Amino acid sequence: MTRPFAFTHVRLVDPESGYDGPGGVIIRDGVITDVFRGAPPALSPDIQVIDGLGQMLCPGLIDLRVKTGEPGSETKETLKSASRAAAAGGVTSIVVQPDTNPVVDEPAMVDFILRRARDIELVHVYPAGAATRDLGGQEMAEIGLMKDAGAVYITDGDRPIVDSKVFRRILTYASGFGMMVAHRPVDPWLAKGSAVHASEFAGRYGLPSVPAIAERIMLERDLAIAEVTRARLLVDQLSSADALESLARGKAKGINVVASVSINHLSFNELDVGDYRTFAKLDPPLRAEDDRQALIEALATGLVDIVVSAHAPEPAESKRLPFDEAAPGSVGLETLLPGLLSLFHDGRMPLTELIATVTLKPANLLGLKAGRIAVGAPADLILVDLGAPRLIDADKLLSKSKNSAFDGRRLQGEVRMTLVDGRVVFGG
Amino acid sequence: MDIGEKIAAARNRKGWSQARLAEAMSQAQTTVSSWERGRTEPSRADVVRISEVLGVPNLDSDAGPGLQKAPGEIEDLIRGRLFPFPGQHFLSVHDLNRPQAEALIDLGDAFVALSRQRAKHSDLLAGRTLVNLFFENSTRTQASFEIAAKRLGADVITMNPGASSIAKGETLIDTAATLNAMQPDLLVIRHKSSGSASLLAQKVDGSVINAGDGQHEHPTQAVLDALSIKRALGRVEGLTVAICGDILHSRVARSNVGLLQLLGAHVRLIAPKTLIPSQADRWGCEIYTDMRAGLEGCDVVMMLRLQMERMQGGFVPSTREYFRFFGLDREKLAFAKPGAKVMHPGPMNRGVEIDSDVADDPAISLIQDQVEMGVAARMAVLASLATRLGNLR
Repeated sequence: MTRPFAFTHVRLVDPESGYDGPGGVIIRDGVITDVFRGAPPALSPDIQVIDGLGQMLCPGLIDLRVKTGEPGSETKETLKSASRAAAAGGVTSIVVQPDTNPVVDEPAMVDFILRRARDIELVHVYPAGAATRDLGGQEMAEIGLMKDAGAVYITDGDRPIVDSKVFRRILTYASGFGMMVAHRPVDPWLAKGSAVHASEFAGRYGLPSVPAIAERIMLERDLAIAEVTRARLLVDQLSSADALESLARGKAKGINVVASVSINHLSFNELDVGDYRTFAKLDPPLRAEDDRQALIEALATGLVDIVVSAHAPEPAESKRLPFDEAAPGSVGLETLLPGLLSLFHDGRMPLTELIATVTLKPANLLGLKAGRIAVGAPADLILVDLGAPRLIDADKLLSKSKNSAFDGRRLQGEVRMTLVDGRVVFGG
Repeated sequence: MDIGEKIAAARNRKGWSQARLAEAMSQAQTTVSSWERGRTEPSRADVVRISEVLGVPNLDSDAGPGLQKAPGEIEDLIRGRLFPFPGQHFLSVHDLNRPQAEALIDLGDAFVALSRQRAKHSDLLAGRTLVNLFFENSTRTQASFEIAAKRLGADVITMNPGASSIAKGETLIDTAATLNAMQPDLLVIRHKSSGSASLLAQKVDGSVINAGDGQHEHPTQAVLDALSIKRALGRVEGLTVAICGDILHSRVARSNVGLLQLLGAHVRLIAPKTLIPSQADRWGCEIYTDMRAGLEGCDVVMMLRLQMERMQGGFVPSTREYFRFFGLDREKLAFAKPGAKVMHPGPMNRGVEIDSDVADDPAISLIQDQVEMGVAARMAVLASLATRLGNLR
C-alpha cells in the first residue's frame, strides 16, 4: 500500500460535473477517494500534499487513434517510445491501431500488445482489432475472440472497407457483440494517388488531389449501413464541411454514430503544406480554412464527439522525399493537448467542454471509468500549466519519429505532471 | 545594316510594296513593316523565305555584310544587360518580379545575337561547374541546358540517375548530398515529382534551376516562350495568348500562365473540362471549352503536348475525338487574329494536338524558333545566376 496523497490549490476541471474552479483531490491506492471544491479540508497528517499552485488538474487524455510501429516497424515507434511520448503529452490511455506487421486481427496479437504494455507500465494501452483479416477488406476477423482478449473496438485503420456487403456484415456481426466499428470514410477511387486536398492551391502546385466529396460519398454509405444494422459506428477523422452535413442528418435520424476529428484538422489548413512541407502531408489531407472552421464549430456544438491525435510516426526516410512520394501522417501525442488548448485560448470553446472531447467522451465510448474526476475513478490525472508558452521543436519530441506538423508552431500549455493509476509517469 | 534595313533595301530594289511582300509571305503588312523598322526581328526561317520570295541570296548569311557584329559589340551588349539573379535558385516564375523578368528576356535577346555568331562563346561561366540532373528523360531540355552552359564556358556533366540509382534505393536527397560534396555551382534538375526542385534547393549550396518538377513548373520554358513571343511580335504586354490542351498535367502551362500574366498578357486556357485543374478560374485566366471561341482574337496560340496514355479513355475518349475538338488545324486557327503565331513546347504529337500543316509553316509557326530561343534564354538564366554567385563567393 502506497502512501495516500492529495492535490490542493489546483484549478479543477472535471468534464463530468462541468466544474471548473478551485479545489483538489485525494488519492489512495491509485483511485480518487475524495474530491473537494475550494480550499482544502483538514487533511490527516499521513497524506502527502502536493500544492498545485493554481495550475489545472484534469483527467488524463484518452486518445482513440494512435499508431506505433510495434510489431513490425520498430524503427518508426515502439509501444515503449509511444508510451513515453503519451505520458509527456498528458495522454494516459492510448488505443493502438491494428495496422501493424503482423496485423492485430486475432486474439493472440491483442494479447501480445496488452502484455507488452503491462511490461512497459507507463500509460494504459488498449488495442483496436482489425475488422477484416489481414486488413484485406474481405474476410471478417475474429471480432468476438478479440473482444474477449481485450480489444476495445474494431477498425481497418486508414483503409476503407470498400465492399459494401462485407461492411454491412461486419457492422451486423459486431453489433451482436456490442463492438464499436471505426471506419475511415473515403472513396478509394477518388482518392487514389492523391497527396493533397483538391483546390486552387493543389492546382497551382501541381499536386495530385482528392476532392472533399470523396469523404461525403463514403460517409453517406456508412451511415445508411449503420442505420439498417443499428451498429455503433465511429466515423474516423472527419475533415470536410461537406461531410459534417451528412453526419448531422444521420445523427438527427437517430443513427448510432459518433465521429472523431484529428487535432491536425482543427489546427491547420491546406496552406500549411506551404512549399511542399511533407510534415503537413496527412491522410485525410489538410483541407480549406472553411473546412477547419466548420470542424471547430462542429466540435463546439457536439456534432463531432471526440478529438484524436492521429499519431502516425514516420521516420525521416519516409518524409524527406518529394511530396507525392512521402508517407502521410504526423506524430501527435505530445502536441494533442497544447494544440487543443488553442481553442480555449482563442475563446472558441469553454475549458470543460474542450477537455471532455479528449477525456470523458472517449472514456464513455469505450466504457472506461477514467476520463472524469470522481470518487472511485482511477487516478489518471494531469497537472497542466495552461498559459506556459512553448515553441514546438520536432527534434525535441520523445517519439522515435520526429514528423510533427506542429514543428515550429507556437502553442500554450505545458504538462507538469502525469499520473496513471496514481503513479507519476511524467514530471513531478 | 541590320536585317530590317536589308529586307527594305532588297524589297525596294525589286520594286515591291510592303503589302506585296506581306502577301507573298502570307503575313500581315504590319509584320513586314515592323521588321523593316527593326521593331521585331524575323525568324531565321522567315529570312530564308523572304530571300526566296525576293529572289536574292540569303539575307542572313554569314557572307552578308553587316549581320556579323564585331565580337566586342555583342560582348558589350551582354555585359550591359547582365544583372544578378534575384534569388539563389530559379524554381518558379514567381521568383521574378516584372522588371526582373523583362531584364532576363532582354538578356536572352542579347544571347540570341551571340548564338548567331560563328564564334558563339563567352567566358561568363568560366571555371563554373554545371550538373544536369535528369531523373526524367528529356532530349531537348537537357541538350539545351548543356549547349547553353558550354557556350558560356562552364564545365558540364550530365547525369541520368533515373532508373539506375532509384532502383538501388537511393533517394533524391542522397543524390543531392553526393553531388553537393562535389561542389557544383549550378544544378539543373528535372524530376517527376512536383516540389522536387524545391526539396533539392534546401539541401545544396549551389544554384538550383528547375527544368521541370512534376506537374508544377518549368520556368525556363516560360522565359524562352516569352522571348520567342517578344521577338516575333515586338511585345508581350497586351497580347492575348491562348494555352490549349492538357493544362491539368502541364508544368509548361503553369509557368507560362504566371510569367505571361506578369508581363501583362491576357491568358486564356482552352481544354476539355477534365484537363483543367480545379478552380483554375481563380488563376485570372479566361477558360474556354470551345476552341473556336477561345481562339477568337488571339495573338498567340500555345499548344501543349497531350500524353498518349491520357487519351485512352482516362481523360478524353479517343485521339480522334480530341483532335476534332482540340487539335489545331488551319480551320480552327482561322478564328485567331490574322498573323497569329503558333507555339508548342515539344515534342509534338502530330495529328493529335496539332496538324503538321500548321506546325511546319514557317509563316505562322514559332516552334523552331522556340528551340533556338531555348538556348539563349537558358544562357541568360545561367549567366544571371552565376553573376549572383560571383557576388557571394
